[in-house]
Amino acid sequence: MSYDAIIIGAGLSGLAAGIRLAYFDKSVCILERHTTIGGLNSFYRLRGRNHDVGLHAMTNYAAPGTRTGPLSKLLRQLRLRWEDFSLSPQIESRVVFPGKTLRFNNEFAFFEQQVADQFPAQIDNFRRLTQRIDAFDELNLDQNEKALTARQVLGEHLGDPLLIDMLLCPLMFYGSATARDMDFNQFVIMFKSIFREGFARPFQGVRLILKNVVRKYKSLGGELRLRAGVKRIVTDGQHATGVVLEDGTELQAKQILTSAGYVETMQLLDNPPTDDTVPRDALQPGDVTFVETISVLDRMPADLGHSDTIVFYNDCPDFHYENPADPCDIRSGIICSPNNFQYPQPLTDGAIRITALANNRHWMQLTEDAYVAEKRRWYDRMVESAVRFMPDFRPHVIETDVFTPRTIRKFTGHVNGCVYGAPKKHLSGRTHLDNLFICGTDQGFLGIVGSMLSGISMANLHVLKQS
Amino acid sequence: MAPGEIRHAILDILSRIVPDEDLSNLNDSVPFRDQMELDSMDFLDIVMELRKRYRIQIPEEDYPNLISMQGTVSYLTPLMKDIPARA
Repeated sequence: MSYDAIIIGAGLSGLAAGIRLAYFDKSVCILERHTTIGGLNSFYRLRGRNHDVGLHAMTNYAAPGTRTGPLSKLLRQLRLRWEDFSLSPQIESRVVFPGKTLRFNNEFAFFEQQVADQFPAQIDNFRRLTQRIDAFDELNLDQNEKALTARQVLGEHLGDPLLIDMLLCPLMFYGSATARDMDFNQFVIMFKSIFREGFARPFQGVRLILKNVVRKYKSLGGELRLRAGVKRIVTDGQHATGVVLEDGTELQAKQILTSAGYVETMQLLDNPPTDDTVPRDALQPGDVTFVETISVLDRMPADLGHSDTIVFYNDCPDFHYENPADPCDIRSGIICSPNNFQYPQPLTDGAIRITALANNRHWMQLTEDAYVAEKRRWYDRMVESAVRFMPDFRPHVIETDVFTPRTIRKFTGHVNGCVYGAPKKHLSGRTHLDNLFICGTDQGFLGIVGSMLSGISMANLHVLKQS
Repeated sequence: MAPGEIRHAILDILSRIVPDEDLSNLNDSVPFRDQMELDSMDFLDIVMELRKRYRIQIPEEDYPNLISMQGTVSYLTPLMKDIPARA
């Protein structure tokens, strides 16, 4: 079989790229290793209940009918309607550090006032920082890759290290593939998507979005193959000619878009890159990842007095965003309640999800028995740490689940089970091969909206504009 | 297609690309960008939709002709004169 384009991975970036190409009459095939679509943003059913894999909240919220911004842009590009995502905005979230709390919702003025109240000496600096952020074109794909880091820029503007760490905490947790610091470009993307635009969630969770996106793709004639892992990408000099699947099937394509990850894609090449063709730092896999606990409750979190959508907490003045020495770093974390959005009606079950940084090597090397025991042990420790920042829900837990770097590797294929992929991003999507392009996490736009915009931009730039 | 039909076809394309815009008061002589939120991705889509629907190829150097409705219609009139209007 021969296609105009093959897309590796049926996550949201691959599906979005597929819609663009199929809509404009390209023959396109998406290859997915897993038995289901979604990648990191998939969903599963456990003992009669639906759970999302990665989703806490969608960022980049905009009210239906909004004419600008990433969400509006992606709906237009995919010819989808606002109802296809049916987003309910968050209630309110907070960042909690010792002695300080910053609340935020989807109105930026409210957040700015919080900064003014909590850090009165910094508010003018903060306003200058936001002007700089607003003026920055984070979607410019041709920017200098050796750009500034977030801590450099924050340090230029803000005189209080606590405020710097409180701003970085949610943005790193929700999108930094690098430890301790992040590219300023990545910081701007995350700042706008979380603080400027804000959180929302579909009542039905990520499955609604996946269902509508995959339906659109198929209705346009796009082909989707599940259980179709790519074993090898076949090359001829500077050119990729096609792929060989795990079952031996050979497929040809004029262009290949890959959302498998940069490092992971390079490992698939039949002619691996040398030090001359690919800089060594690009082949460094990610190191930062998480463990997440899910607790289903016998009542709604609001009945326990917890109405926050997301709580980002840290129990010491410095925020340590890195691969921890311990199996999990329980000093900091994220508490998410899927119930606490402004839905038209309540969800069936109350639930609390708690996420903490995790040591990927520890979780990968455990034997199956030790793994099960370790999940139980760290469930207890993570929840015990988190209830310092919310009402104690432990007497009301009726069901639990835990996912780890191993789970993330299973769903995403990412080396080390790293949610946000490799530290080095490839904004232009180009590789050393002339028709192989990166989309998704390692291209550099993160989150559900970001990943779809990544697929769209790469399909536009490298396939549609060229033909 | 006659110029009136081409104008209608462009409106139809715009309504697909920017469904949240009100196109009823579009001023033909004013650039699209001054009347609605239209970025470079959307401009690419006008070109792509014309290709998809009418098999018209527009080279990149001709894109400046497409900045307003008036410019677009006069640019497309010779290219689309033999194309029948869609039902």
